[in-house]
Amino acid sequence: METKTKNYKYVYNRPESLVDKQTHYCPGCGHGIVHKLLAEILDEFGVRERAIVVAPVGCSVLIYDYMNIDGCESAHGRAPAVATGLKRVNPDSIVISYQGDGDLLAIGTAETIHAANRGENFTTIFINNAIYGMTGGQMAPTTMVGQITATTPYGRDPMDVGFPIRGCELINSLERPVFIERCSIHDFKNTLKTKKAIKKGIKNQIEGKGYSFIEILSTCPTNWGMKPQAAADWVKDAMVPYYPLGNFRDRQE
Amino acid sequence: MGKQILMKGNEALGEAAIIAGCRFYFGYPITPQNEIPAYMSRRLPEVGGTFLQAESEIAAVNMVFGASAAGARVMTSTSSPGMSLKQEGLSYLAGAKLPCVVVNIMRGGPGLGNIAGAQGDYFQATRGGGNGDYRHIVLTPASVQEMAELTVLAFDLADEYRITVLILGDGYLGQISEALTLPEPTGKVFEKPWALTGAKGREPNKIASLKLVPDHVLEEMNLSLERTYNEISSRECRSESYLTEDAEYLLVAYGTSSRICRAAVNELREEGVKAGLFRLITAWPFPAAALKRASLKAKKILTVEMSLGQMIEDVRLSVDNPERVDFYGRSGGMLPETEEIKRRIKAYGN
Repeated sequence: METKTKNYKYVYNRPESLVDKQTHYCPGCGHGIVHKLLAEILDEFGVRERAIVVAPVGCSVLIYDYMNIDGCESAHGRAPAVATGLKRVNPDSIVISYQGDGDLLAIGTAETIHAANRGENFTTIFINNAIYGMTGGQMAPTTMVGQITATTPYGRDPMDVGFPIRGCELINSLERPVFIERCSIHDFKNTLKTKKAIKKGIKNQIEGKGYSFIEILSTCPTNWGMKPQAAADWVKDAMVPYYPLGNFRDRQE
Repeated sequence: MGKQILMKGNEALGEAAIIAGCRFYFGYPITPQNEIPAYMSRRLPEVGGTFLQAESEIAAVNMVFGASAAGARVMTSTSSPGMSLKQEGLSYLAGAKLPCVVVNIMRGGPGLGNIAGAQGDYFQATRGGGNGDYRHIVLTPASVQEMAELTVLAFDLADEYRITVLILGDGYLGQISEALTLPEPTGKVFEKPWALTGAKGREPNKIASLKLVPDHVLEEMNLSLERTYNEISSRECRSESYLTEDAEYLLVAYGTSSRICRAAVNELREEGVKAGLFRLITAWPFPAAALKRASLKAKKILTVEMSLGQMIEDVRLSVDNPERVDFYGRSGGMLPETEEIKRRIKAYGN
């Protein structure tokens, strides 16, 4: 057996940065995809042993159970502050603040904006799925106009609760962030683009360039009341027109 | 013995933190503790440390969470309204067993209140203002010298028990200038194998208070915290008993109000009245056994606070015959008066 397999080499395998464990995510959820992309990138850069992921409050609070790297909890919305503390103490560590839409643009807006404004040298991965997943499908700051949620049973009325907030555009008003891009994981092509963007964000951090912000439009089939493919289509048809994909900033100096 | 120097309470606390090896400070401006961040912003860069003015008290305490998780000695400071904002972080720090030092230089409340020194945050400090079953150590300095000494102690206690140590001062202590001898570093070293430094040559470390499944894991963690709290209660009670052995009238106080009480005791003794003072140095754990001893001969126990009566609950729980316990307090940044204390003590004798 051994001699026979000797001539084979793995061309595709589970990333070392990912734990071999079934996640609690629903079928069709985007978190698993993004976790895997992040794990692949940490492997590719060889920085698994320097990496620390800061988990938000939300469905991805358990990301530290799925990543084979050091992991830190944070109170709801405070991931950028916790990441600031971690990174300032050990500038050689690779710190990822992984945040959802409620975390990043509602309860943690201040922490998000100020960490970005200071140009903290860590990477923010912002999962925008237009809803609060873990608490059972309430309105998020990114919930679409007219979208029905547990707390907008008649649809989101912008004259009552405002329009959905565009994260990249908000961060793009600040001077110090070096990289800002909005991506999506609704199809394979966009998933590859997402990987490229995260990779750039981690590379910037390794090179000490400063703050990178990657917004990822993602799916929540359970709370949207859709099947996985319909959810992916909804990202493309409903979200992408409001949240334009693409790079907002890629500072090279 | 080092030489005596003159320093403000807030600045002495800052210098003591640096002596204790604190190299990270995160805070947000609020009176009357502003000399602490100002001092740290000047001194920390000189010793290779990091000072960062946060966007809020909430952000500051969560930066402390991150820095502590990374294994650093770290401090934040604030005053009463800011302390309310920090409660979220204190609860998470307790759940994650992260050591840190938090300073509350109390001012008058509730709400925005005023900027004079007060002691209205005793309940919040000793009962826990955040959610969940947790405690933190509370040190109550009464002089600039003690602001410095207890700060050095605070960092060692925090690391030894993996707990938040709160230094509970007040605006008068923060602002007063007194002679002090700066403390020496204790030289104690605490290994932190749990710190998040990257999973190099070891399994990944996780810092988290979330304990979802199975059902009993959270209770187990809380019981393990309780064992730590019990150990602290049995080992770390601190207090000062001043002329209590024969005291027929016992004053109980901490911080600035204890200084006023000490003056009253001295004057009463000169007049032949057997008065004594029991002063807290730790408000949690509360030095109940020592207070009980100090109160054995007391006919009356007068609790004196710069509040409308908070510590008095612990005093009543600690002594025999709690009907002996009486109260005198001033609130809203006003100070108890020596003459009034003396008048009340003398009235007990009639």
